[in-house]
Amino acid sequence: MLFYLIKRLALGVVIVMLAVTLLFCMIHLVPGDPARILLGPRATPELIASMSARMGLDQPLPIQILLFFGNLFRGDLGMDVITNRPVADMVFGQLPYTLWLIFTAIGFAMVIGIPLGCYSALHRNTLIDRVTGVLSVACITVPAFVVALYSLLIFAVTLNWFPAVGAGEKGDFWDQARHIVLPALAIGLSWIGYLARLVRASMLEVMSENHIRTARAYGLPERVVVFRYALKLAVLPTVTVIGVGMGFLLSAALFTEIVFARPGIGKLIFDSITTRNYPVVMGSVLVSTVLFVISTTLSDLVNAWLDPRIRSSL
Amino acid sequence: MNDAVLTVRDLSVHYHTDRGELKAMRRVNMDVPGGSIVGVVGESGCGKSTLISSIIRLLASNAIIPGGSITFEGRDLLKLSQDEMRRLRGDRISIVFQDPMSTLNPVLSIGRQMVDIQYRSRASRADKSKLATEMLASVGISDPASRLKQFPHEFSGGMQQRISIAMALQAEPALLIADEPTTALDATLEVQIIHLLKKLQTDIGCSILFISHHLGVIAELCDYVVVMYAGEVVEEGTTRDVFHNPAHPYTESLLRCDPASIATKTRSLPTIPGEIPDLVTLPQGCIFKNRCEHVMTQCENLVPEWIGSHSGHFVSCHRAAKPGND
Amino acid sequence: MIDILRRITHEPLGMIGLVLVVLIVISALLAGVIAPYDPIELRIVDRLQGPSASHLLGTDQLGRDLFSRVLYGGQVALKVALISIGAALGVGVLFGMIAGFGPRWLDNIIMLFFDTIRSFPTVMFALATVALVGPSLETVIAVIVVTTIPNYGRVVRTQTLSIRTNEFIKAERAMGASMVRILGVHVLPNVIGPLMILASMDIPTVIALEAGLSFLGMGVKPPTPSWGSILNDGYTLIRNTPWPIIAGSIPLVLITLGFTFLGESLRDLIDPKLRRNI
Repeated sequence: MLFYLIKRLALGVVIVMLAVTLLFCMIHLVPGDPARILLGPRATPELIASMSARMGLDQPLPIQILLFFGNLFRGDLGMDVITNRPVADMVFGQLPYTLWLIFTAIGFAMVIGIPLGCYSALHRNTLIDRVTGVLSVACITVPAFVVALYSLLIFAVTLNWFPAVGAGEKGDFWDQARHIVLPALAIGLSWIGYLARLVRASMLEVMSENHIRTARAYGLPERVVVFRYALKLAVLPTVTVIGVGMGFLLSAALFTEIVFARPGIGKLIFDSITTRNYPVVMGSVLVSTVLFVISTTLSDLVNAWLDPRIRSSL
Repeated sequence: MNDAVLTVRDLSVHYHTDRGELKAMRRVNMDVPGGSIVGVVGESGCGKSTLISSIIRLLASNAIIPGGSITFEGRDLLKLSQDEMRRLRGDRISIVFQDPMSTLNPVLSIGRQMVDIQYRSRASRADKSKLATEMLASVGISDPASRLKQFPHEFSGGMQQRISIAMALQAEPALLIADEPTTALDATLEVQIIHLLKKLQTDIGCSILFISHHLGVIAELCDYVVVMYAGEVVEEGTTRDVFHNPAHPYTESLLRCDPASIATKTRSLPTIPGEIPDLVTLPQGCIFKNRCEHVMTQCENLVPEWIGSHSGHFVSCHRAAKPGND
Repeated sequence: MIDILRRITHEPLGMIGLVLVVLIVISALLAGVIAPYDPIELRIVDRLQGPSASHLLGTDQLGRDLFSRVLYGGQVALKVALISIGAALGVGVLFGMIAGFGPRWLDNIIMLFFDTIRSFPTVMFALATVALVGPSLETVIAVIVVTTIPNYGRVVRTQTLSIRTNEFIKAERAMGASMVRILGVHVLPNVIGPLMILASMDIPTVIALEAGLSFLGMGVKPPTPSWGSILNDGYTLIRNTPWPIIAGSIPLVLITLGFTFLGESLRDLIDPKLRRNI
């Protein structure tokens, strides 16, 4: 098990390094002076000079890459072009908002989706099952930003049930809660459908397995069979799925933050592009990618941990 | 046999299918006397699984029971509610299935599983674990206390089956149903399991209903045997009577085709030609007629009667009804 | 192929999907004929009208007819879908075969490359690229191609790897069959089915991605209509009129639903593991 842990972590690290290298290459592949490109139209000769020095543009390419990585390890993501603050501060200042949004969305999705999937599996081919099935597919495919737009339109603008803009007063829990409801639902809606389908399929498979028949043959109450034995097994895939789904969740969060004018990494990237603050863009994308890799690695490890068959074979 | 633990009378079970109603079991009669081991033998599709599922009443949703009764400890199981039935399962009636790897829960330790099925008892968790340990010891698992924490896949097939037997006998049921428990095991393991079952049966004093298509095992283990074919009981009696003086042509064929009974080396093993008839559109007359060596004119349209001798040897066959045949 | 189409008619959801897809595709292709107005023609006097007989979906803030813009937006969506998925298929198949058939180290490199691309959240990757090269439809298409290639590449690689160790393949190679022949005759026919299903499930994702990027202003350049840019206008006008949002979202939702229902039905029909009647 320990060996697998190390191997998987190592793979994660390698991927992150490759991703960073890819970003580096992208910056350098674009025709023109990388420093000028990174700084954008706001580049003054002094800024270009200092950026070039920082990036080591006069040095051979391998040294440049090393410098790039070296800066990263020190937590230096560069400087904001406009305000000259460290990019790292800005990115990590906004990251918590995005994380809150994503986890609230996952929470909504699990609370509604898992019971729905379980119910559908236990009551196959009833009306609720069929309707849920169709709606699930619909929810998964409708783009997140469309859902965000409509919830903004209907619940905030027209009905005025929830606020339309921002994250709420810092320190005021209920105000922040009110502000997070619509955005989290917008992201969570597609996940409700996804989780419901996943849990349904998983439950059906588990319920047809022989050890469930054994549990019934021992007279265990149906409640115990379903919830303690079957559901626990059926829910396992949802854990892995969330890990891999982080990519989708980050993208959906981006759109939702922009639509609802909420602070977060997504809004940061968008605002930075429009103000041509490219170091911030690169830094934010980098951090998001690392987050994604961390979450997929974690979910692989959790999956291996949860199934004793895998755990002891490693 | 009035001290019978289980009495099946006239039991029929049909399944609704796309093609029509499949008559899986038709008017089956059998008894399991107290403290005895009864074997049920027959090829695939003879209704063995349906029989078991009917007794514990875990039939598929498309099954219907047009008639019959299953009397267990004085009560008709078919008349019980699902809740009452559930109370019997695992307590008075236990079952050991064929493939232990898939019937044991892969993600729970065996200790946890053996404690879980004691949910009816009010004993402490420690006491339940103690009972589990004792049961494991009685089926021959060494160092049982420490093995409680282990998972099914950490045991070999033979040991997994022993664990299944331990689980089944933990509550000291009146009836243990063993559904082909040795089919997935090799011959040496099979012998061990059979001896284990014999020993435990004497210790606990339960009855065993032992399903198998392996005649040698049935002969070794069982006191009585019931021969089923295509959903009907065609012969039953003591193992000695049925195997030494088979009355039904099907039983004769089974015995002849059993590889263990072939005395001389031969290139081709004997088989029973033909196939089981379609159970949706049943043929008239005797169910075995299209594969029977001794088929006669009355077999075509007349269903054979149930004929018995004084020693409790019964058969359903026209040939046996002729005077001179006992 | 015809057989499959005929079987789809028995699946209600598949039929709905097929109808929706055909409807939108035809309306997009015939946009030039059906559209009552020029999509970029300004008629400031008529701005911000709700639906009416002359403007089926109303007008936007510059007086442009939304219905016409929606129809032409369909052309953008289809163009993006066809080009990007087509290119991704081509390159993906190629790389997949190379990875499967070539030396181990090459396989590892290609797979690491795929994994790296997939480690980026797609929209973030797109935005990073747009930041560097500027927004345009071509950029969007390029990003979509790059991020979709791994999906197809892996499928082809898996199939190629499994074929490679087959006995009869070894025999064929011993008899001098060229790699191209083996790949073409043995690998390609087996992957076409799953690839087609994957591609049809990817089309709605790709269209949604283009719409999303255009919504952010990173895709098509104004005044070209794209469903995403219509939605962008709708967003700025959200407190004035809901109609641009409705106009932009309807075709987007319909086509993503259509392709998804269709793709799911196709998968149920083609994937033997899910067939019930055989």
